[in-house]
Amino acid sequence: MEAQEDLQVDLSTESLLEMYWLIVLSRRLDERTWVLHRQGKIAFHISGIGHEAAQVGAALALRRGQDWVVPYYRDLALMLALGFTPKEFMLGVMGKKGEPSSGARQMPSHWSLKRMNVVSHSSPVATQAPHASGIGFAIKMRGDDVVVLTSIGEGSTSQGEWYEAVNWAAVHQLPVVFMVENNLYAISVRQERQMAVEHVADKAAGLGLPGVTVDGLDALAVHQVMTEAVDRARSGGGPTVVETMVQRMTPHSSDDDDRSYRTREELEALKAQDPLDLHRDKLLAAGILTEEAEREVQARAKREVDEAVAFATEAPYPDISEASYPVYAEDRRDD
Amino acid sequence: MTTEVIMPKLGESVVEGTVTKWLRHQDDRIEEFEPLVEINTDKVDTEVPSPATGTILKLFVAEGETVNAGTLLAVIGEPGEEVPEAPPAHDEPDTPPAGDRDGEVQTMAAEASAPAVPKVGGEDLGFISPVVARIATEHNVDLSQVSGTGSGGRITKKDVLTYVEGRQTAAPWEEPASGELFRPTEEIFGKKPSAAAEPAARAGTVLPLDAVRTQIAEHMVRSKRTSAHVTTLMEADLGRVISHRKAHKESFGREGVNLTFTAYFVAAAVEALKEVPIVNSSWSEEGIVLHKAANIGVAVSLGEAGLIVPVLKNAEQLSLLAVAKTLNDLAERARGHKLVPDEVQGGTFTITNHGVSGSLFATPIINQPQCAILGVGVLQKRPVVIEGMSPSGEPEDSLAIRPMVYLTLTFDHRIIDGAIGDHFLGIVVQRLQSWT
Amino acid sequence: MTEMTLIEGLRQGMDEELERDARVFIVGEDVGPRGGVFRATQGLYEKYGEDRVVDSPLAELSIVGIGIGTALYGMRPICEIQFADFIYPAFNQIVSEAARMCYRSGGEWTVPMVIRAPYGGGIGGGLYHSQSIEAFFTHVPGLKVVVPSTPYDAKGLLKSAVRDPNPVIYLEPKKGYRLIRGEVPEDEEVLVPIGPARLSREGTDLSVFAYGMMHHYCLEAAERVSQEGIDTELVDLRTLKPVDRETVLASVAKTGKALIVHEDNLTGGYGAEIAAILAEEAFADLDAPVRRLAGPDVPAMPYSHPLQDWFMPDADRIADAIRELAAY
Repeated sequence: MEAQEDLQVDLSTESLLEMYWLIVLSRRLDERTWVLHRQGKIAFHISGIGHEAAQVGAALALRRGQDWVVPYYRDLALMLALGFTPKEFMLGVMGKKGEPSSGARQMPSHWSLKRMNVVSHSSPVATQAPHASGIGFAIKMRGDDVVVLTSIGEGSTSQGEWYEAVNWAAVHQLPVVFMVENNLYAISVRQERQMAVEHVADKAAGLGLPGVTVDGLDALAVHQVMTEAVDRARSGGGPTVVETMVQRMTPHSSDDDDRSYRTREELEALKAQDPLDLHRDKLLAAGILTEEAEREVQARAKREVDEAVAFATEAPYPDISEASYPVYAEDRRDD
Repeated sequence: MTTEVIMPKLGESVVEGTVTKWLRHQDDRIEEFEPLVEINTDKVDTEVPSPATGTILKLFVAEGETVNAGTLLAVIGEPGEEVPEAPPAHDEPDTPPAGDRDGEVQTMAAEASAPAVPKVGGEDLGFISPVVARIATEHNVDLSQVSGTGSGGRITKKDVLTYVEGRQTAAPWEEPASGELFRPTEEIFGKKPSAAAEPAARAGTVLPLDAVRTQIAEHMVRSKRTSAHVTTLMEADLGRVISHRKAHKESFGREGVNLTFTAYFVAAAVEALKEVPIVNSSWSEEGIVLHKAANIGVAVSLGEAGLIVPVLKNAEQLSLLAVAKTLNDLAERARGHKLVPDEVQGGTFTITNHGVSGSLFATPIINQPQCAILGVGVLQKRPVVIEGMSPSGEPEDSLAIRPMVYLTLTFDHRIIDGAIGDHFLGIVVQRLQSWT
Repeated sequence: MTEMTLIEGLRQGMDEELERDARVFIVGEDVGPRGGVFRATQGLYEKYGEDRVVDSPLAELSIVGIGIGTALYGMRPICEIQFADFIYPAFNQIVSEAARMCYRSGGEWTVPMVIRAPYGGGIGGGLYHSQSIEAFFTHVPGLKVVVPSTPYDAKGLLKSAVRDPNPVIYLEPKKGYRLIRGEVPEDEEVLVPIGPARLSREGTDLSVFAYGMMHHYCLEAAERVSQEGIDTELVDLRTLKPVDRETVLASVAKTGKALIVHEDNLTGGYGAEIAAILAEEAFADLDAPVRRLAGPDVPAMPYSHPLQDWFMPDADRIADAIRELAAY
């Protein structure tokens, strides 16, 4: 972890600033969505606040558009890094026509973006993990120069589906990186009630693959570990479990009230190490980000969020007829 | 004063009858109770005796024609008396003959005048399925005119389609054009077109289906479709029956009774029915109906005219003498077409003596709604192995010539399991072989 | 024409598709050198190698889950579930993932895959090697469900299923694997489209609808009652989803009576769907109540021979049901 202190990382200034921009944009979009919910303008939001640094650190370790991504619902920052736009996100939040993940059929934050090789996932947790291994299996069968990243919460690694998926990848040495975003809570249940091991990464040993735990509040640290894992996968070295220690700074979703299971003091302590602040301070200290540039980033983020909300508010709802298709592949239409 | 002869209603469910033969002709003299006409219905062939003494003034229905119960067949009176001119079958007769003119007959007669009016309400036609209702509406069918062959007499899709087809081929003129110019002659002259139209020409000789043949065919096929027929076969040594008959034939004869072998089979069957009452039953949707009385049908061949099965009622209460006596009476009147409808109804078990025509054994068809039928083969002397024992206790078999008969029990496997059928037939055999 | 068994037809279908399309591969338990516990994939490992005929870990969920992933990447997996009874761990992947993928992504992602499963009883398989599972899946939009009953259909439907762009559940009447023989042409492409049912016996008195092994028992029963003058029409449904409404309705329009036979449990079984279609769309054609003859509502087929016989509809029971309906 010493490497990040002096920013001795294999990242350009542009990449470091892009990371910051994505963290800020994701945070502002996320916050605005909470506001829309509390204003009664939308039905649901599931938040990624506190996970952003880990997600952008992982995203920049990929060849975006070439590698495949099988995400889960807290991955707003990851998706923005992969080219999902604020307008597209807001169309989904409001259930408007043309939303790219599902045509507004799924709840918000249930990602899919074919143009960036992001595969659709569902709400039952860990169901996406076998798909990632299957994609890895196909990549290996074809001999393509492609890696798969799949993400998941720590609670979901209790599911048999996750174990089966990781097992398959390990057995066949598949080019898959299993990223775990460990925020210690599965809705209300803490990690101690999910697993007996100290780290999710410890589970990897039992399945015969490397497991690494990294500070998920540090985008640069995540980027470094993730780069190693991706390189290993790409070079035929097989899969890796990468556990990023993140923090969930909000309730589970817009329908949750976390006061019943964690103290306000605990929450205040999380704010003291907000990954957004940590990354900004690091860039400011290194002289990569100026105060002026910081103001510009914030203003641009606010503008893009405002535009996205206005765009989505004006956008039409899907035609009722869209609810009836495409059940089968042959039902697909061009519109 | 004239007297009307009408088509009697022979049995509860009988709605029509066929005039098979006029025994007297127009202008003949006839005494009251003298046979006038032979008729055939679903249930029975019979002679209708004249209701009065006088001259037959007019016959209204030709031989071979089928008419509804209540239809005027003939008028008897004195020469010179006026005969009704209007088509009598289509009118309400002024003087309904006593006993036969119940509500149902009136309904039938009234409907005959308006066959094309779809039936709404009224009499109970049984369950009408959706498709039957649809076809009836589409083809303007009066369902009361359609006889049902389905479960419980229900009108099936096939029944109504057959009716529609038959109506179309027999009488296309029943649906005339709307103009007044060409009116059907039947409408003008009032005669109902005969159902017995010329059969379509076919290769070879076509024997027309008379009513008896049609009914036999229908009953046989229905039974085969209804019951799961299974036949079990055993043989019986009739030595003791023959001895018994020889010893008692004369004394029975003094009572005016011809002691036939059939009487023994009836008596043996009745005893078996008492021991195995499930054989004396009928299938129904609610369950298996066990009959109290053993009413034994005994098939009587009428030669070319087919077959009739008079019923020996409450046979369980009859002695061998009474059984023989009743059998004599029924058979005689059956051959003379003099059975009344009740005498061919209500059977619970049937015996068929196909041995009379030389048959060794057969698998007869169950007489619905009964569940079993006993088939009796020809009585034949056959070599039989008699198992014996020497005085010293060693097995010592011998060959003997015995009067043997094959007996079959054909039963409805829905009701009767194989072992039970065998048990029943075994009792019959045992009873015959141990007759005293 | 070559006479072959149902399992040979199936195997030939897989062989031809593996040969035709490099994207096609087989994955399942013991499908490799062992050739499958029923020998359905016998010889294919030797012919196509371990990359195309893949022995999976003993985990049904991931057989299907991995299959979905490969399909998303463009492969054409044939996933074998060793016994239909073992499919439930994969239920979530089939129903919640494969079936919903196309709809939930607005058509962006599709899952062209075949999930094969030997099903049905009468082989002494007891509760967990005898189950019929079709009704669970015919309920699910996004899935197709086929059940071949002849070697020809086994081959033709398998090949069509491999080429279909959707997840197809392909149920194999395992009792008939070697019991059912039939002609399959040698020199032509055998493709049986998914959808149309097959009128396997024309008749006028009543319609019987069946599939899989029950179709053969129905055929036997129909021949038997024909000697009693009952003229039975028999439809081999063979594609359960999507159901061939036209054939079902046309047959009942002709006969007016319908009997549906399956060995799956009665309640909520596939027969209920056919009965509902007839009640809704053929009411005015019905001359009798629609009848179902099905396995009893006990959890599954017992092992002991007489108990198994009690469960399985057979030609005797079917003939009785036909007679009863014909006499109505």
